[in-house]
Amino acid sequence: MIALLLTLALALQQPNMDATLELRTREVAAQLRCPVCQGVSLEDSPSTLAQEMKSVVREQLRAGKSEEEVKQYFVQKYGEWILLEPEPTGFNLAVYVLPVVLLLGGGVTVFVLARKWSRQGAGAEPPPWYDDEYEEASP
Amino acid sequence: MNWKRSLSGIGVALPIIALLGYGLTLDPRSLPNALPGSPAPEFALAVMDVPSDTVRLRDHAGQVLVLNFWASWCLECRHEHRILSETAEAYAGKDVVFYGVLYNDSPDNARSWIQEMGGQSYSNLLDNGTRMAIDYGLTGVPETVIISPEGQVVHKQIGVVTEALLRTKLDSLLAVRTAPQ
Repeated sequence: MIALLLTLALALQQPNMDATLELRTREVAAQLRCPVCQGVSLEDSPSTLAQEMKSVVREQLRAGKSEEEVKQYFVQKYGEWILLEPEPTGFNLAVYVLPVVLLLGGGVTVFVLARKWSRQGAGAEPPPWYDDEYEEASP
Repeated sequence: MNWKRSLSGIGVALPIIALLGYGLTLDPRSLPNALPGSPAPEFALAVMDVPSDTVRLRDHAGQVLVLNFWASWCLECRHEHRILSETAEAYAGKDVVFYGVLYNDSPDNARSWIQEMGGQSYSNLLDNGTRMAIDYGLTGVPETVIISPEGQVVHKQIGVVTEALLRTKLDSLLAVRTAPQ
């Protein structure tokens, strides 16, 4: 009776486990580059090699490896190039830091120039075509 | 003031132009090669013409191993087939072993292709599910991996292999092997 209940419980649990494994497989496959495509992940590639690599991801996760361990397996075989998003360490940091630096630099430049121009504008003579009388007459 | 503005403009533009120029010198199709220098991954594959026989990496400890990943649908494999077959023959008996590893193809297609090409001087292995190919970081065919007698990956050729490259690598490995300790 207990064995029957255990079997039933396991059978009910199996679809949930499969769905979780599939979700984790997709998450990892979406972070890995298809080696025979141009900038496409394993998840999005229909190529045979990409599908086989995705199967390897599934097998390793099923065997108990963590997502990070599976990614490291592919890095070891293909190099860091296999990661669609490079790890933010060493020279790769530039990819993450440079856009922020450029954005901040651009913002500061625009702010400084706008302030300079508005100051110049406040003290400047009105252009010769400016009509004082029109301004006075208008409500 | 204009010269200051021009100088700062050049200061910003020059590194960007230099970076783009450097990018133009690179081959966009070239792929990084992570395997050379690391221990060759272990494998156990069935021999295509004798499926009951299994070839393992450890069976070839002390020998130079050349693994050529190929397929009958691969056009470039036609160009290197003669080179590989002749080089394998030339190095027979020198502790150099060649194997073809069939990638994403059927044994029947492979046999017809070999017959059409006039034969092959070494055996082929079947990599069902391309697990070995993935373990060796395969990015397509043809690719050739050269493994030292110590089991280290010495070279991985992505694309067609040349006779000069094969001979240089094999001779240098054999020279190290026979050099007095």
